[in-house]
Amino acid sequence: MNLLQELELSNLRTDFPAFNAGDTVRVYSRIKEGDKERTQYFDGIVIGFHRNGISSTFKVRKESYGVGVERTYPMHSPLLEKIEVKKRGDVRRAKLFFLREVSGKKARIKEKKDWISKKSLKVPSQGAATQTLEPAAPEATAE
Amino acid sequence: MTTGILGKKLGMTQVFDAEGKMIPVTVIEAGPCTVIQKKTVPNDGYEAIQIGFQGKKAQRVNKADMGHFRKAGKGAFAHLQEIEIPDPSIEVGAEIKVDMFKEGDFVDVCGTSKGRGFTGVMKRWNFKGGRATHGSMFHRAPGSIGASAYPSRVIKNMKMAGHYGNEKTTTLNLKVVAVQPDKNLLLVRGAVPGSKNGMVFIRHAVKKAN
Repeated sequence: MNLLQELELSNLRTDFPAFNAGDTVRVYSRIKEGDKERTQYFDGIVIGFHRNGISSTFKVRKESYGVGVERTYPMHSPLLEKIEVKKRGDVRRAKLFFLREVSGKKARIKEKKDWISKKSLKVPSQGAATQTLEPAAPEATAE
Repeated sequence: MTTGILGKKLGMTQVFDAEGKMIPVTVIEAGPCTVIQKKTVPNDGYEAIQIGFQGKKAQRVNKADMGHFRKAGKGAFAHLQEIEIPDPSIEVGAEIKVDMFKEGDFVDVCGTSKGRGFTGVMKRWNFKGGRATHGSMFHRAPGSIGASAYPSRVIKNMKMAGHYGNEKTTTLNLKVVAVQPDKNLLLVRGAVPGSKNGMVFIRHAVKKAN
């Protein structure tokens, strides 16, 4: 790793939750108006990432009064306050630019089914959960 | 304090300023440089210092250079640069570091521009060229280069195709965005001449009062 990459790494923001294309998010960003500062949020579907280290951006799209609105946010900007993930989308491509052409029923995005959490719900009835979750506990008592 | 320092261009990236604005920056690994020779009026007819940057293995240095480096006694260097009109108090063996610049300063950066080889007039001199389609037979050619019987020759300095790039270029008045003395890094706003890992010379801006 060279000095340039080190410099970039030290400036990256890691405090946001992981999200992907298709997710519905609420992005809080600070906005300066004159000498006043306030926080504004923008709801929408993430339609793509441009992943390039510190220059990375992501695009959020929403429909506002029948007009499509898209905003591009720099992923590592200090002006971003927080990002809330409202819904996980189940999509099959990284860029959802087709959403610009479709509307109504076609513009829906399936919600991602959380298979892992469902499995973990089933496990206790089979009695396997105690083994996988606490392997260290019996050993400690034996000693 | 001296007027300049040698460095290596590491590449470009971007940083955010206090207001959250994105700034394009070039990252330069500048210094540390060592003063190898001091030229004086009685000896050389003018005042200057010679600085060296980046160490070099002793086995790769020829005998003539070795004798020169021995006088300073600070090891051999890969790159040398003479700086005119330095502070007369500076002595041989002194180190010049990147902390000679501070945030907000303006600097000039000299480097060797990227070589582009034999280049046509459109790239080299920004000629407009001709139409690409609709039967046009004039695409990237230079057009007329002068009149006929008079003057019966091509006037000097006519802009024509030829070698472009790989020459000394200076970018003036670049703002210093950040200085990191612990890593010898200098961040200047905007682009500087040359490719990555190219040598550059950085000095305080000569056409701007700091």
